[in-house]
Order: sequence, then C-alpha cells, then structure tokens
Amino acid sequence: MIVAGVDAGGKNVHIIIVKDGQTLAKTMAPSGINKAEAAEKLYAETLKQAGLKREDVERVVATGSSGERVEFASGVIPDAAADARGVNRILPSARTVIDVGAEEGRAIKISGAGKVLDFAINEKCAAGTGTFVDAMARALETPIEDLAALSLESTNAIPMNAQCAVFGESEVVSLIHQKTSKPDIARAVHDAIAGRVGSVARIVGLEDDIVMIGGVALNNGFVDSLRRELKLDITVPEDPDYIGALGAAAAAEAGVTEETVKATVVERDTVEEG
Amino acid sequence: MVEGGKIEFWRWPEATWVNPDIDWKKGKYITAGVDIGSVSSQSVIMVDNELYAYSNTRTGSDSPESARKAMNLALEPAGITVDNIDYCIGTGYGRVNVPMAQQTITEIACHARGANYMYGPEVKTVMDMGGQDCKAIRIDDRGKVIKFMMNDKCAAGTGRGMEVFADLIGVPVWEIGERSYQIDKEPAMISSTCVVFAKSEVVGLLQAGTPENDIMAAYCSAMAHRIVELLNRLGIEEKFAITGGIAKNIGVTRRLAQEMGTRTAELEWSDEKMRGKGLPFETQIAGATGAAIFAHAMLERGRVQSARKA
Repeated sequence: MIVAGVDAGGKNVHIIIVKDGQTLAKTMAPSGINKAEAAEKLYAETLKQAGLKREDVERVVATGSSGERVEFASGVIPDAAADARGVNRILPSARTVIDVGAEEGRAIKISGAGKVLDFAINEKCAAGTGTFVDAMARALETPIEDLAALSLESTNAIPMNAQCAVFGESEVVSLIHQKTSKPDIARAVHDAIAGRVGSVARIVGLEDDIVMIGGVALNNGFVDSLRRELKLDITVPEDPDYIGALGAAAAAEAGVTEETVKATVVERDTVEEG
Repeated sequence: MVEGGKIEFWRWPEATWVNPDIDWKKGKYITAGVDIGSVSSQSVIMVDNELYAYSNTRTGSDSPESARKAMNLALEPAGITVDNIDYCIGTGYGRVNVPMAQQTITEIACHARGANYMYGPEVKTVMDMGGQDCKAIRIDDRGKVIKFMMNDKCAAGTGRGMEVFADLIGVPVWEIGERSYQIDKEPAMISSTCVVFAKSEVVGLLQAGTPENDIMAAYCSAMAHRIVELLNRLGIEEKFAITGGIAKNIGVTRRLAQEMGTRTAELEWSDEKMRGKGLPFETQIAGATGAAIFAHAMLERGRVQSARKA
C-alpha cells in the first residue's frame, strides 16, 4: 500500500510517501503565504521523485497548523497525534515527545502503542519556539545554521533576562555592545528557549525515553541546552523535522483520517502583583 | 527621522517645554524629577509644585548620559542650572543611574503621584503604558499606591510593541491613532497576542491586500484588549487614566475606553482641562512629575535638606 503524509507547518511543508512501511520519497519546502499552493506544488514534486502518479497513492493524511488547507488530503489529524504515531514508528520505547517547531512548542506523553496520553502546548508566545531562535540569530547577525556550532563553543553560561522575543533582540544587541562573545550569546539564546520548552515539558511529565523532534531539533546547540535544562537524556532521531509527516503517513496506512486529542494550552502569565 | 537613508517610523517626536507664566526666581522650592525608562527619559522641573519645564527624549545606551541629556534639555530653555535645584529625585528603570538625583523612588509610586497631579484626585485607576512594560495601578485620592499589577515580561501591550508595528507597516508611530479611524468598518482585531506572531499576521494581511488603515485599527484594538485584560485583573475603579506614550495614541485609548465602557481621564484632560490651562498634552511626564512632587513634599516636611548651590 502506498500512502502519503503531509505536515503543513507554520514555516515549512514536509511530505513523505511511504510504501509498505518504507519511505519512497521525502521533500520539504517553505510554506510561504499561500500554504495550500505550497503543499500542492511540493506534492507534485514528491510524486515525481517517487516515480508515482496521484492515483497510485491510496490515501493522503495531512497534519500541521495548516493541515486543513491541504486540499488533496483525505483527512487531517492533529500535530500531537501525528507526532505520537511518527515517533512510535521509529522508537517504540519513546514515552515523551518534545516537538519544537517554528511557531509552537509542545510536549506529548505517549503510550507504547503511539497514542497520545497527555499533551501540553505553547502556541501563544514566540519564546520557546523556533521563531525566537530565528529572531536572535538576526540580532546576532549570524546565519541560523551557524548558531548551533557557535553555542557549542561557549565557555560561559550567561543568563538572558528577557523572556520575550522582542525584548530578547534588544538584549542580544546590548550583549554584543558589552563585548560578550558570540558563542556565549548563542548559548544564552538556546538556554533561554530550553527553559521555556522545559517548563512546557514538565506539565506532561518526563518519562523515558524522551524524544525531541521538529525543526528546532536539528539545532544540536539547542538540544544540548535542553539536556542540561532537563538533566535527562534526549534522543533526536534522524530527520527530526519529518516525524510529523511520517506520523501522518502512518495514520494513512492505518486508515485513520481523523483523530482528536485534548491539549493543555499553556497560557503564559506575565503579570506580577504588588 | 532618517538615519542612514532608512526612515525610522518608530521614532516619536522628542519635546521640551517651558511654562512662560512662572518666574522661578520667585519660587521657594525648585524641585526636579528625572525618569529614566527603558525606551524614553523625561525630566520635570517644578516651582513650588507648579509645572515649570520638562523634556521628553529617547533613552540612550548609557543611563547617566541619558539622565544628563534629559535634564539639560529642560534646564536650558528654562534658564536655570542644576545648582538652582533644591532637590532632585530619580525614578524609572534606570533610576539608580541619575547622577544629579539626591534620592530614588520607584516609578510605580511616581506615576501614581504624577497622574493624581496631572489628571486630578478623582483618578483611582492609572494605567502606565511604558516602553517595555505596562502597569495597572490603584491609587487613592492623594495619589498613593494601593495595589498594582505589572507586566514587564512580554512586549504585547507595551510601547515597544507599537514601535515594532510602526516600523513593520511603515507608518510614523504618531500617525497610527488617527489613521486607525480612517476605515469603513471596524475590522477584527489581530488575533495573536505575541508581538512576533502578530508581525507575521500583519505581513499576511498586507500580502492579502488589506488596507493599511484597517490593519492599524486591528492592531490598536488588539493592544487595547490586552490592556483591558490586565485592568480587569486589577479591577477598574473610576476615574480611569492612562499615562505613558501609548496614552497619546487615540487608536488604542478610545478603543480601550469603548471596551471598558468608560471615558478615560487623559482624554478629558487633552480635550478640556490642560488645553484650557495652556499646558501641552504630554502623558509621558507623569513619572518625572510625581518624582518632583515627592521632592517638594520632602522639603516642605523638613525630611530632607535643600541641596541648592546657587
């Protein structure tokens, strides 16, 4: 059976085509402004890469924040469900999934069967998401790809006071003015977002094995900070940004075109009383 | 407004002012307040508790330098020097770095006191909309703080959030309020609270061809809503007034008043009271004004000695 999974996220679209459990093709592209069009275009390209026609694919399941806009999908499942299925497929011993994407960070407690048991999400605040890292890299005038390696060179842990991405940019600029080294600033940025992601993860509890996925999992500087923050080991699978798409494909294989999960939405209280 | 060929839409106008009806030489006590905020700095000079001169400028990277600049901007047109001042109090985020101040007081106490002076003793709830924070303050009829709620962790609902928006949409920050009413119909507010996510939302609206004025309306009402949420936690007791830079943005203040179902005192102030008195509409000086009033009270009660040298 040939199926496809489409993860239409805030920043990128990822598509995987799977035949009997084996990946035939996988592709990604920026989702841009017109997310439906971006997904459509990428799907055509993926089919071409796999040497398939549309009718060869038995079922397509979408996920991601723009999953509903994927017109060629026969169903849409929530990100958390896709993450759980995707992680379970590659690492059945996983019990906690931490997924940090461009615009949200979520932690999911999963069963050995890949079911979502509990789920917490921050989607209201850029702190604790990939967007925070992007913004700080811009302030640091460093390509985002270089940030990970830089932070691993750091010798000093400097706390960032700002939690907000807007205030964080100003803080990075003033750290530069204070002649703080770039590696130390890069680490401070990763430590800051790890702190926010860690607090979301603690809501669902941290049970081994812990797996980190999503685009930000590609940043090993961040993963290093998160390991320190949680004081626990974290497994990052190969192609961590494709796990959502893989999970959608797994759902398609299982004939699942809809699923519901209940989330704890993390509302950040930024107010102090006096 | 143009630096390196790039227009800086966030850059609000700086100001200085002197009250021509006051002769400082006839005064008993000349007091000063210097408010060094994260984004803007003000100095206020009062002669026997009457507003004599002020300045409002942007805070630089060096707080003592910003304090000196703010002070000199008010002193020069007023025709006095630091040596003529009996007592000076520093306030705001950078208050420990005000070289000419004899003492410091928190900005919450100063804004409360300043709002009481500027808007009158009927004001019971003050919303200070700062550059990088916002504070809802309950005060008594003498301007004393009863309790407060503060957000300094998130840029949503702060002046910085509005500056970021001005820069993004390419409209000078002081024009946003007026333009946000040049619309056919009130649009839905920007749904993202986070300034960074709101930026993406705004980019999406621009690309979809939404008129700029509608986007300004959507952004202003989102900011108004955010402030109302904070106020609701404190509990609003009338009269209500706003201090800080956002108080000048009618796009936010009128929508805020509408959502709360109350008229805001600084709007009345701008319309009637102050214009009648010939005083300019400057909501950013509340903190520095409060500081200068505290300085006067301390001198009057003999709690401190005059530091006047000339």
